[in-house]
Amino acid sequence: MSAARVGAAPLLQVRGLRKHFPLRGGVLQRTQAWVRAVDDVSFDVYPAETLGIVGESGCGKSTLARLILKLIEPNDGTVRFDGEDVRGASADRMKRLRRDMQLVFQDPYASLNPRLTIEDAVAFSLLVHGTSRAEARERARALLGRVGLDPRLYGRRYPHELSGGQRQRVNIARALVLDPRLLVLDEPVSALDKSVQAQVLNLLAGLKAERALTYVFISHDLNVIEYVSDRVLVMYLGEIVETGTADALAQAPKHPYTQALFASAPSLDPEHRLERPPLSGDPPNPINPPSGCRFRTRCAFAMPRCATSAPALRAVGAAHDVACYLYEADAVIEAPAR
Amino acid sequence: MAVTTALPRDLDAVVGAPMSYWRTVGWRLARDPATLVAGALLALIALSALLAPWLAPYDPNAGSIRLRLAPVGAPAHVLGTDEQGRDMLSRLLWGGRMTLVAGLTPVLVAFVVGTALGVLAGYVGGLTNTLVMRTMDIFYAFPAVLLAIAISGALGPGLPNTLISLSIVFVPRVVRVAESATVQVKSLEYVAAARASGAGLGAIVRHHLLANVLGPILVFSSTQVSLSIILAAGLSFLGLGVTPPAAEWGLMLNTLRQSIYVNALVPALPGLAIFITSMAFNLLSDGLRDAMEIRA
Repeated sequence: MSAARVGAAPLLQVRGLRKHFPLRGGVLQRTQAWVRAVDDVSFDVYPAETLGIVGESGCGKSTLARLILKLIEPNDGTVRFDGEDVRGASADRMKRLRRDMQLVFQDPYASLNPRLTIEDAVAFSLLVHGTSRAEARERARALLGRVGLDPRLYGRRYPHELSGGQRQRVNIARALVLDPRLLVLDEPVSALDKSVQAQVLNLLAGLKAERALTYVFISHDLNVIEYVSDRVLVMYLGEIVETGTADALAQAPKHPYTQALFASAPSLDPEHRLERPPLSGDPPNPINPPSGCRFRTRCAFAMPRCATSAPALRAVGAAHDVACYLYEADAVIEAPAR
Repeated sequence: MAVTTALPRDLDAVVGAPMSYWRTVGWRLARDPATLVAGALLALIALSALLAPWLAPYDPNAGSIRLRLAPVGAPAHVLGTDEQGRDMLSRLLWGGRMTLVAGLTPVLVAFVVGTALGVLAGYVGGLTNTLVMRTMDIFYAFPAVLLAIAISGALGPGLPNTLISLSIVFVPRVVRVAESATVQVKSLEYVAAARASGAGLGAIVRHHLLANVLGPILVFSSTQVSLSIILAAGLSFLGLGVTPPAAEWGLMLNTLRQSIYVNALVPALPGLAIFITSMAFNLLSDGLRDAMEIRA
């Protein structure tokens, strides 16, 4: 929320982050093309806020999460955590930094080692950081209890004995056991049923308040993003197209893509039935993205200049930025009404 | 009758601690009849080979010219005698030692070396992977028998050389299985989660990779034991393995083959022994594969 923005230094500062994956082929495995997964992304995350990152699948959200945590190396750009450069950190520093930043994964099935009991899975991170075995076990069991899994019943179970929602609770416990300050949640509820989603979201909200956590919450589900986020960042094909407070975006989305996203969320109001799909087709291939503005191939307001150069993020309100030529001072076309 | 509903003080005692993975596998193995039969058979063969010096009624290398090719059931020679009049039972018992050593050792060596190389290549990837895997491909290009014969031929006959050549045959196979299993596990999110928690290479390999790739490698290796026994016997048959007069099933098959028209049953005995042993190993590895497929 904007209150978090005033005065506070950002906890996480991302500048010009870029990750292009080479596509190799042919006999010699030469690089034939680049997948532009994340392209020149910059944003700040302030202490105690929840930054939502939303976008269609394949827009680079998960890659961004892995870049922040340095699980993959970026081609360009910097990530600063509490003022400290993550990319340039030495191995020792990095191990310390990892205690402060943790990741909750999307797939509750692939994210737990089938050969470890859930108690051991949670305690593992502590053992890595030199906690004694007995203390690690004790803390893991306490945390399992906090996320709603009685350690006496579940502590020595194996992941295959748990449901998806229970596994995701284990994942959250594992991420929290090191007492991080920043939690990156990569689609933490998208693999779960609606009813379980709500339970896990409430658990996350409770933990955030208790432990003064900062969340980067990645999802493709606008309802979830709107519910949990203070500020929202909308991504399209590896680029940020709009950022703003969750309220501002929900009430007055500016970018045609954000508008389409909000319009595509099914409404319960019979007066607001969708006449036709607001967005058709799939996003273009990130291997050869469209020139200029990447959204122009699906945009109802595309202008000739959209094809020649990409619009930069510019402020359209308090803490509300959008990358679209419609909002340039000399825009010829009236801004579309929602 | 009064029904008490008091909660038990110790929940663990009621729920019961679940068994660890390997204990579950053992429990399931012990309940598979085919595995039990194969296991019992192998235990019997191993025991008789181990106790050969005490069980064998005669010196396996002491022949008697007058008693050559005695039929099965001959007085004093239960399983007959071979073409030099040596007691078949004694030779089969002593030969089992050689055959088991020649069958198990190369697979054991390949299991250790192959797992190490395969996990390394799979986890590190890049140039290391290319170097290791392409080198393995060179060995893989030759048929197993041809490769074993070529290496044994170059090294010369004798048990140690047989073991070396067979190990070289089996290492690339295990490396392939280990590498593909590692590559698959490496991409799973729990390995990324371990890295995100700051775990080093050693901890990740030990707790997350090995624990999950050893199963498939073990199953694959166990299927290779019977092949190794047959290859070892084949090398001896060709005169490249164990040298006479030592008893080894393949070698016995070789020296007895001219006598097959005189007495068909006696020359078939070492073949039967090879067949039963490799069959038992195959059944055991089948059972192991089934028991390890635990998915809920």
